[in-house]
This record gives sequence, C-alpha cells and structure tokens, in this order.
Amino acid sequence: MFRTALRNVLAHKARLLMTVLAVMLGVAFVSGTLVFTDTLSSAFRNQSAKSYDNVAVAVTSYADADDAEQEPGLSQRTVDRIGKLDGVASVTGRVDGFAGVADPDGKLIGVGWSNKGANFAPGKDGKDPAYVFTEGSGPVRDDQIALDKDTAAKGRYEVGEKVRVATNGPVREFTLAGVFTTDDGAVSAGGSLVLFDTSVAQALYLKPGYYTNVTVTAAPGADDTRILAAVKPLIPESAQAQTGAALADEQAKSIEEAMSGLNQMLLGFAGIALFVGVFLISNTFTMLVAQRTKELALMRAVGASRKQITRSVLAEAGVVGLIASVVGFALGIGLAAGLRSGMAAFGMKVPEGSLVIGTTPLLAALGVGVLITMFAAWLPGRRAAKIPPVAAMSSVHAIATTKSLVVRNSIGGFLTAAGAALIVAGAAAGSDGRWTIAGGAFLALVGVIVLIPLLSRPVIALVRPLIVRAFGVSGKLAAQNAVRNPRRTGATASALAIGLTLVTGLSVLGVTVGTALDKMTTDQIKADYMVVMASGGDLDKSALTALEKAPGVAAVSPQQAAYFQLKGEYVSASAITPGDIERVLKVEVVNGSLDTLGKGRIAVAEKTADKQGWKVGDTLPVVFGDEKKGSLTVGAVYKDTEFLSPVLVDTEVVAPHQAKPFIPQIFVTMDGGQTAANEKALVDALGDNPAINVMDKQDIRDEFGGMINMMLNIMYGLLAMALIIAVLGVVNTLAMSVFERQQEIGMLRAIGLDRRRVKRMVRLEAVVISVFGAVVGIGLGSFLGWAIGQTIKSELPGYALVIPWDRIGIFLVLAALVGVLAAMWPARSAARLNMLNAIKAE
Amino acid sequence: MTTTPTAYRSTAVAARAMDLSKVYGQGETQVVALDQVTVDFHQGEFTAIMGPSGSGKSTLMHCVAGLDTFSGGSVRIGDTELGSLKDKQLTQLRRDKIGFIFQAFNLLPTLTAQENITLPMDIAGRKPDKEWVRRVIDMVGLSGRLGHRPAQLSGGQQQRVAVARALASRPEIIFGDEPTGNLDSRSGAEVLGFLRNSVRELGQTVVMVTHDPVAASYADRVIFLADGRIVDEMLRPTADGVLDRMKEFDAKGRTS
Repeated sequence: MFRTALRNVLAHKARLLMTVLAVMLGVAFVSGTLVFTDTLSSAFRNQSAKSYDNVAVAVTSYADADDAEQEPGLSQRTVDRIGKLDGVASVTGRVDGFAGVADPDGKLIGVGWSNKGANFAPGKDGKDPAYVFTEGSGPVRDDQIALDKDTAAKGRYEVGEKVRVATNGPVREFTLAGVFTTDDGAVSAGGSLVLFDTSVAQALYLKPGYYTNVTVTAAPGADDTRILAAVKPLIPESAQAQTGAALADEQAKSIEEAMSGLNQMLLGFAGIALFVGVFLISNTFTMLVAQRTKELALMRAVGASRKQITRSVLAEAGVVGLIASVVGFALGIGLAAGLRSGMAAFGMKVPEGSLVIGTTPLLAALGVGVLITMFAAWLPGRRAAKIPPVAAMSSVHAIATTKSLVVRNSIGGFLTAAGAALIVAGAAAGSDGRWTIAGGAFLALVGVIVLIPLLSRPVIALVRPLIVRAFGVSGKLAAQNAVRNPRRTGATASALAIGLTLVTGLSVLGVTVGTALDKMTTDQIKADYMVVMASGGDLDKSALTALEKAPGVAAVSPQQAAYFQLKGEYVSASAITPGDIERVLKVEVVNGSLDTLGKGRIAVAEKTADKQGWKVGDTLPVVFGDEKKGSLTVGAVYKDTEFLSPVLVDTEVVAPHQAKPFIPQIFVTMDGGQTAANEKALVDALGDNPAINVMDKQDIRDEFGGMINMMLNIMYGLLAMALIIAVLGVVNTLAMSVFERQQEIGMLRAIGLDRRRVKRMVRLEAVVISVFGAVVGIGLGSFLGWAIGQTIKSELPGYALVIPWDRIGIFLVLAALVGVLAAMWPARSAARLNMLNAIKAE
Repeated sequence: MTTTPTAYRSTAVAARAMDLSKVYGQGETQVVALDQVTVDFHQGEFTAIMGPSGSGKSTLMHCVAGLDTFSGGSVRIGDTELGSLKDKQLTQLRRDKIGFIFQAFNLLPTLTAQENITLPMDIAGRKPDKEWVRRVIDMVGLSGRLGHRPAQLSGGQQQRVAVARALASRPEIIFGDEPTGNLDSRSGAEVLGFLRNSVRELGQTVVMVTHDPVAASYADRVIFLADGRIVDEMLRPTADGVLDRMKEFDAKGRTS
C-alpha cells in the first residue's frame, strides 16, 4: 500500500504543490520561531554569563534614597572594608541612572528609556575592566564624560568636543574624554551609555560617597562563596549580596522568561497559520480522492479493505507532510537568520552568536508538519474508504449527498449559537467575561467554519445580481460556479475568514481604544502642554522653577506622585496644588467638592471609592511613606481618568513625608494657547533639555495612538502568514475547479465565450470566494471586537465602539485583490485550454 | 442571417472547404488527417458526414466550424474566410454564426434548461428573440422543463436542450458531432427528427458527423470520407443504402 501512496504523490506533484507550500510555510514559521528564540536566548545568556565572568560577588542596594534615617546606598567605607577582605582582588562601586545625550541638533539620541548613565570606576591601574576605550580615556575630572561607540557615532562626536548631557536635573555640558565599547546590557540592547567621573555620578544619582552596586573580583584560588559569607556581615540590611554565578543564573532565568513570552506569541501565530493550512490540505486530498474514485473502487473490488484505503491516503499525506516539513525546516532556519538581521535593522541590537539549531525545533517541525497533513487528510481518507467497489464499474461519480450537509449544518448551527451566546454573556459580564468570550469565540469560529458551506449560497446569491449587472455572463457563471461545491468553497473561504476574524477583531478593538484615548486627551486636558521626562522617570524640581519663569506661562501645575497606606490599602496618589487642578485637567466630580482639597481633605476616584466603600465625609487612617500616621477625610469623589491617580491630595499634605518630590509630569497653560512660539519659550526655559519632552495635545494623542498602531501593525504582520496560506488555498481551489470543468470551459469556448471572458469568469469566481470569506471574517471579527470592548468599557472612560470602516474597506479590497492574484495562474490555464481536447475529455 | 425558410436544396452555400488539408506531426510520424478536401454545404440542407474511425470526418467538421486550425486550403462560413482570423474573431464567428451540438450534451450544470438555451445570446450580449425561442422550445418539446437543471433531465432531454441551444440563436449553420452517440435509439430518433424539422420548417443548415447509418438516413445528403478524402456522396439516403455503401468501404479497406 505504501508504494501505491508514494506513486500517487509522484503522479500528482503539481496538484500537491499548494499543499506542500502551505505546510512548508507553517513549518517554517514554527521552526523559525523556535530557532530564533533559542538563538536569541543563548546569545543573551552567553552575554550575561560573560559580564559576570570576573565577578565573584555582587552587592546591590535596595535602600530608599528618600529615607533620611537609612543609609541611601553602599558607602565608600563599606566598599573599602570589602576590599580588605581575604581573597578579594579588587572591588568596584557602581552607581547609575538616566542620562540622555543630545545630538548636535539638540535632539535626544536613542529612545528615552534606554539611555543610561554610570560612573567610571578605574582600578589601581587606572582602567575600568568593564569598558574598553577605542579612543581617548575615561573621565577623571568632573567636566568630563565618555560615550559608548555607537552613541558617539550617532552624535558625530569626537574626543575633546563638548557634549550636552541631561539627567533629571538641568542640562550640563561636558567634554568628551573617550569613546568605549562594552558588554554592558543596556548598550548591547541598543541604548546609550554615558560614563561620568564617580563623584559626578554619585551626586547625580544618589549621594556623594555612596554606590548602588558593588562588584567584587576574587584573587586567584579564592572561593566565591567564602567571600560572599565574609561580605554579608559588612553590608547594610537594605542590600543584598550574591555570587556572580548566582546572579548570572538569575539573569539567564529572567531572559528565558522574557523569551518564552515572545516564543509563545510567535508560536500562537504559527498555530493560526497551520490551522488555516488544514483547510487547504483537506481540500486537496478531497479532490485527489474524488478523482481517483474508480481507481480506489477497483482496489476495493480486488480485495483491499477499507482500512487499507484510508491508510494509503494517510500514507500519501504523510509523505507530502514529510517533504514539506524538511523544506520548511530549512526555510525556518533562514527565517530565523533573517529575523535576527531584521531586528538589527530596526535598531534592536542582538548580541553576537551563531544560530542555535537544536533537536527540539527539528522534531517539532517534522512532527507538526507530518501530523497536521495527516490530520487534514484523515476525513478525505475516510471518505475514500466509503467508496463502494461497484463504483469501479459505473461511470457515474458519487456526488456528495446533501444529507451529510444537513448533519453538518445542525452541528454548525448549534456551535455558532452556543458560541454567540457565550460571547454575549461574556460581554454582559464586563471585565470578568474575557475568558467566557474567548471560549465563545473559539466555539463560534468553529461553528461558522462548519456552517460556511450553508452560508455560501444565500450570501453569494445576494451579491449575484450585482456581479451579473457589472460583468454580464462571465459574472453569472462565476457566481454560480462559486456555490457549486459548497464544501470546497467553504473550506477555501474559511481560511480567509479565520485570518480576517482576527485582523478585524484587533482592528475594531485597537481603533476603538485609540479613539477613546484620543477623546479622553481632548476632553480632559485643559492645559496646553504636558512636560515629562523622555525616560518616563521624574522631573527635577529645577524644571518646575524654570517653567514658572518662562514668558507667557499662565499656570504651571506639577503633579507629584505619592504613595501611602489608606485604611490599610496601599494607594497611589496625585499630589497637586488645590485650585490648580481644575485649570489644567477636567475633573468630573461625582460627589462633594474639590475645594475641600485646600482644607487638607482628599478626593477619591469613583471606582476606588466604590470598591472600598469610601464616601464623602469618611475619615480614614493613613500611614505615610515615612511611617508617620495620621488621618485624612474624603472631601470629594471624582470620575476615574487616565491622567490622575485614584487619590487626589494637596502637595502640602504629603510634602513633609517625602525627602524629595517625585514629579512625573507638569501641566502648563499658556497665554495664547498652543503656538510654536509658546512651545519654544518652554523648551528654552528648560535649557533646551533633550531629555525633557514638551508635549502638546497632538503629541500626547500621537503617543497613545502610535503605540496602538504599532501593536496593530505587528499583529497584521504576524497574521500575514495566515493570509498567505489562505491565498494558496484559493489558488488551489481554482486550479481544481478549472481542471474539473475542462469540458465545460471547452464548450463555452466553442459556443463563443472568448478567452478574455473565460479568464474573467475564473477571476470573478476567485474574487467571490475571497470576498465571501472576508465578509464572514469581518462580521465575526467585528462582533468579537465589540464583545471584548464591552469588557474593557468600565476601565476606559469615554469608551464608545468605533467600527473602522476605512480599514474594513481596505480589508475587503485586499480580499478582492487576493482573489484576482490567486486566479492569475488558474485563469490563464483555463483560457489556454485546448477546446477540442477539453470537449472530448470525459 | 436567413430569416425566411429557403427552398430545399438551395444553391446558396452556407459553408465551403477548398483543398482543405490538415497534417499532424512531421517527417516519419506525419499523419494526414485531411487531404485536400473540397466540399460545399448548402443553405437549408441537412448534411451527414460519414466514414470509418480515423477517416477524418470529425477533423473536417472541426476545421469547417472554426474549432481547429488547418494546414492548407481555405474554409469559408458565409462570406467569412476562416484562415485569416485570429482566435478572438474566430470566437466571435462561432458565437454569432455557428451552433454546436456535442455528443456529450455539454450543458452547464449550474444553469437551468432555459438559461442553457439562451446562453449563446447571453454571451453575445444580445436579447433573445422571444418568439423564436418559444417556437424552438415548443418544437423540441421542452416547454414543461425549462426550469430544470441538466441533472434533473434524462439524456434525451438534455440533448434536446442542446439542440434548442444551437437553434435559438439562429446561426447560419449548425454542426453536430455524433449528436446521438450517447442516446438510446428512441431519444436519438427524436433528436434527429428535430434536426430534420429545423431544416425543413425553419430553413436551418445542419452538418452532422455520425457513424450510424440510421442517423445518416435523416439527412438530405451524405458525404463519405476515408483516409482524409471524400470518396463518395449520396443524396436522399436511406439507412440500408448507407449501410451497404459503408460495407463496401470496409470491404475495400480490407482488400486494398
């Protein structure tokens, strides 16, 4: 039997091509993902191991720098004492934080959060082992810095030139003393690194004389654990000591975790692509079996059992799957290599390292490819086994009965209804309903796929008059051909429908959330500008003073972040100046009055108030950050907003309990509103600081919108694979249809349908099937988008469902294009059919 | 296009082949399917082309009907010379001037009988002449089954739809390729009767390839082909006469 299967594969090479391609792409996606993440995590692991290679023990301080009663970090004295321990070769104190470098145009180099500053800690030989200088040397004076090589190149800075560097405080100008390369993780990840003289860095980031990290190298022959034991008694309670090896392990583990997230997401999309491929494979084998009815019946007649027939079809599928998997695996390795260089092109630096090709990806690729193909061929195989031996004698092909469609439709109808019910129930349940929706979505998707052959007739009949009017007889024939084999049309359309369900659902959700955020920005920010750090960190107090002095400023309202315990609950609060807040933000008061803030009362956001059962007039016990106790009275309840923490409090109330104010954002209102001149006045007042962003409302909107769009684009990119496979499915189906209808096409040519219109007929059939699939997908996707939207409604003020008609329009046009594209080759072969052979062919 | 019934045995020529040759392959493997055939098909005449398999009878029909290319000579349908036509013009010619009836019915399974009948006009984008179409449908006796799809019709009924389709657009000439080959004798006789009636009553020109002497006996004239050449002709044939003539060829073929 196996030999027959092999022969069949060889005999139907061309017809199996699309199946092989589909399996190949899916397998390439799977193995590419696995190889890529393996390579990446091994590269990161090697790097982290390397950076802790010489570290015997590392000490990290977790002290609260604001706590006046504690040591803010590891003192020089501690460092010196560690240095004198037995077996310690050297000890280095490190302190780091944010530092942004301005390019010659005053713009920040790199993205805010990836800009780091640290101290240059030379040993006795005047060298810091962590940095290798390619030009110049390390900073030793307080007006000197060194830059990593990439950052220096991006800013076109030469040694000896002046460089403007911003930390949380005002911008300062330094002289570039040197350019270095390093294994530091921040730089490896594509960020910038500024090295300061140790005293400068300490003053900037902590307190003179203190460090956040201390690394210890061991003398030859010394035992790391023994050093660790000796170090432990020397360090304050707020610090932790670990051996370098343990630290490297820990970092490797966290890298692994970060990778597994990426891995799972990519594999999820690969799974979707393969799922879509199942339909294509199943279609192909159904056709191959149908074409071989006589042959299979003959085998049955000469004594093959049903099992043997099924097995021969499965064996054929196995061979096809194996071939496709092997090629797909090779392709996947290429894909992984491409992805890595692709990341570099997007500015994400990946540490060096060769591709890691383990056995797991290979086994996974082969297993997935072969099993998926065999699984998809299983139903056609069973159908093949049901061919009665007598079919060998009769010339009539067994036509799929409508009876089985009745069963199919009942099951599909039930699944769809159950799924839809679950989705609606989940939507009604609010934020707790997400899992219910997910389950419902799966059921509904499966149900719709089962039901799609039934749907094809009425839906296509609906558009038929349109097509007939626009394209005449080719349109009419195309529309009819499209519903001729509902199962096949259904399977083909399903592939597209799955992809488009996801794409549409994500689009509806993304655009809806984006619009809500946009609306919120417009509605809630009364101020003209919002000033924040590019790093996402806190602004220095000097920025506040600078802004207050800027010309044209009407009001400056800083928003400080504070944390305290309110009636046993930790809450984050926005500390503001009473009276100011209403001028820069729109705060909807539900109960009470914000005026009470001036009298030392607090305001609580509605949801928190509801959850905790706090009401206006309640007096709550409070424990401030410095452990001081007191009580606060609720003066108002306001509607939740993205721009305020759940509790509002007068700055004066929390200031005594904070060593240093933490200001994440400052709102500014200007005379004359948002103008270029006003914006420049603010930027100038801040000393043209590259690390501080002055954002107008549009910038704020763009920041939210940009994030959502980027996420959507990544999703679209990943789903493209599923769509490509769906296109292959359309090509496959059309090629089958043209092949089966040779005689008809020949007759049509004979009685006067010209080649152009034969082509058009095939093309239109493809367009009808694709657009049908798209419409089903878009419908289901919009429904899902709505349902999931309902669950986040309560968390997002101003939420209103937005159906992105423009995007949906584009999806439909794309689906039609998919049809046209997929029909290119089948249409051409249909037009080129030899009429006479076609007519004679039986 | 002739709209009035012309007299039987009109002298006007609906289609003409002059020195028509068709050669397959080259050198040693060369096969001459048609060897300088010259023949006229008169308007309003029912012609049958007969001959043993491989005699070139189907090839002759395909070449004259513009379905196949030829190697030499000329073919003319009405006033149109086929040799110089490109595929597109040939397609148009078939659409507007020629009707076809195939052995395997060749109806579109997705269309109803009515839609199948008017398909050539649909393709041409012409409005069918309703009066005429009804007359044709009445003649082939399909009035009650116009809404049926081919799968719901018997073989004979399907071929009657095919006959109606060929007649409905009032082509200058109808070609039939073994139109009764797949039918039982009763259905076959019916179809042949319709074809003859269409010639007698509607003035249609019909050319039919057949190997069945009974079918040929419905024609006004039978042309006999052997080895790519016309070897004989018989007017007002009878089944027995045709059979005798065929037997002669067979005998000759065996002795020569």
